[in-house]
Amino acid sequence: MSDLDCNEFVELVTAFLDGALDAETERRFVDHLAFCDGCDTYLDQIRQTAKTIGSLSPEALPEASRQALLDAFRNWKR
Amino acid sequence: MEPEARAGSGGLPSDEELVGRLRDRDEAAFALLVDTWSGGMGRLARSFVATRESADEVVQDTWLAVIRGLDDFEGRSSLKTWVYRILVNTAKRRSTREGRTVPMSSLLPTDEDHGPTVDPARFLEAGHRWAGHWREFPAAWPSPEQTALSGEVHSQVAAAVADLPDRQRIVITLRDVEGYTSQEVREILDISVANQRVLLHRARAYVRGRLETYFATVDAEPIGGEAVP
Repeated sequence: MSDLDCNEFVELVTAFLDGALDAETERRFVDHLAFCDGCDTYLDQIRQTAKTIGSLSPEALPEASRQALLDAFRNWKR
Repeated sequence: MEPEARAGSGGLPSDEELVGRLRDRDEAAFALLVDTWSGGMGRLARSFVATRESADEVVQDTWLAVIRGLDDFEGRSSLKTWVYRILVNTAKRRSTREGRTVPMSSLLPTDEDHGPTVDPARFLEAGHRWAGHWREFPAAWPSPEQTALSGEVHSQVAAAVADLPDRQRIVITLRDVEGYTSQEVREILDISVANQRVLLHRARAYVRGRLETYFATVDAEPIGGEAVP
C-alpha cells in the first residue's frame, strides 16, 4: 500500500509545484489530492501564498540615484 | 528557458534588442531597464546588507558594473539573470565589508531547514486509525479575488517575508517575487536546485502559516478592497 499520509503530502507540495516529483510519487500525490479535501485546501493555500508574495510591490530607486545612473550611462566612453 | 516568457519581464523588448540598443548608447533603453528592474534588485540586495541606503548603493554599483561590462555580455544567460548575478556579487562584497555574515556560505540549508513545516500536532498521532491525517482540515480562506485587493493581506505577507532567515528570504524573493525558475536561481546564487527547494518550501510554509493565523483572527469579517484601518 503506497498511499500518502497528509503529513507527508504537505512536505511534497513545493516539489510538486516545481514538477520535480518522480512519476510514482507524483501519482501518489495526485491520488491523495483527489480524495483529501484538507490537502486540496492546503495546496491551494500554498499556491495563493506564492501568488500573493509575487504581487508585493518593489521599492523604487531614489530619484538622485536614478539620475546619477543615467548621467553615468550618458558619459560612458568606450 | 525562455526569458521573454517569464513573469515580471513583460513589456520589455527581447534581450537581443535591448543589448543592441544599450551598446548603441540608447539612454531610453537604459532608463527603461533601470526603472523596471531596480525595485526587485533593491529588495534582493536588502537581504545581504544592513540598511536600505546600502541596498540602494548596491543597486547603483551594480548598474555601473553593468554599463562597464556590457560589451562582454555573451548572451549565455538572459540579460536579467546576468544583471542579477552582478548584483549578488556586488552585495556579497559589500556585506563582507560591513562585517555581516550573510554571504554564500550561509545560503545552504541548515538543520533548522529540515523537519516538518506544518506543526505535527495538526495531524493525528501514531496508533490512531488515521494516523498522519489532518486532525482538522485547514480552514478555508477568503477567495484570492477578495484577498488580492486587501492592503492588509499584503502587509501581513510582507512582514512574514521580512521575518524569514536571510537564506530563505533570498530564495523566495527570487522565485516568488521575481518569478525566476529554479535553474535561473541556480545560476544567480550558485545553489543547487535541491537545496533551494528546501529553503523555498520552508519559506512558503512559514508565510502560509502566518496568513492562516491572520485569517483566523479576522474570521467572519469581510476582507475586501476597502481595507478598514
